[in-house]
Amino acid sequence: MDCIELVEIITDYLEGTLPHHDRERFNAHLRECPYCVTYVGQMRATLRALGEIPVESISDTAKERLLHAFREWKRG
Amino acid sequence: MFVKPSKHRHKSSDGRKYYTMAENRETDERRLIASLRSGDECAFTAVVARYQVAMTRVARGFVHDEATAEDVVQEAWLGILNGLAAFEGRGSLKSWIFAIVVNRAKTRATREGRSTPFSSLVSLETSGTEPAVDPDRFLDATAKWPGHWSQPPVAWGADPEACLLHSETMAQLKRILDDLPPAQRTVISLRDIAGQDAESICNALGITETNMRVLLHRARSKVRGSLERYLTNTEEAARS
Repeated sequence: MDCIELVEIITDYLEGTLPHHDRERFNAHLRECPYCVTYVGQMRATLRALGEIPVESISDTAKERLLHAFREWKRG
Repeated sequence: MFVKPSKHRHKSSDGRKYYTMAENRETDERRLIASLRSGDECAFTAVVARYQVAMTRVARGFVHDEATAEDVVQEAWLGILNGLAAFEGRGSLKSWIFAIVVNRAKTRATREGRSTPFSSLVSLETSGTEPAVDPDRFLDATAKWPGHWSQPPVAWGADPEACLLHSETMAQLKRILDDLPPAQRTVISLRDIAGQDAESICNALGITETNMRVLLHRARSKVRGSLERYLTNTEEAARS
């Protein structure tokens, strides 16, 4: 496997959908290529960061509307 | 000798919980649904805080602007509240919530006569080839190691994850997401922000798993690439 192939199948690798044989080739490449190790590490870090996007403070009007809706719903 | 019952009976001696994470999540979710049904305002505020951002990003994939997306989410919450009594908990609460957001967003997009239906966006955004990384960054066929890096990625500091969690980088990450093509943005929001599994995403969006994965791959590769450019520029600016 070369690096240009690795960057194209990384999503299947990380999603666990890469066929066994390709997974082996992928891992074998990583053992030899520190650059691709960096690449995979950056992709993992990116995914972690996406999962941690902070909650924007919801505007007061939106919050009021939602709470109002919730109270209405509660009343039935 | 009398042994006082431990307050932390759910923990074993090595501090690990007996429950698996999935079981914990299920218990948490059941408790949350019960609180919502009983009209607990705190539970409602908490669940809004947890999902609001991801819901807005998902809705944004279908409608023209942020304000409409927020409106769609508002509508979705009403749908969620009204459906709560009937929710049987066969799937997860989260999948159900996002399926409702997608439905409302689709309806709104149709009603507003958005010029491009989602299916057209999908074919547009999955067509052709779109290299994950600029091909110029790899050695060409004449080199000794063709297809290997000529301009390899540079490490993002000693701890790339810590580096990304800076608030400025997070703000940049949101701008990067906004710049993605809409179908790619929707898929990456559902998968990586909302943490939905592939099957739920395909069902909610009505797309094939292959297309889902192409959209996800293109979106993720772009986000990593944009972060790389941003972090390199910031570092250069800091040095000069």
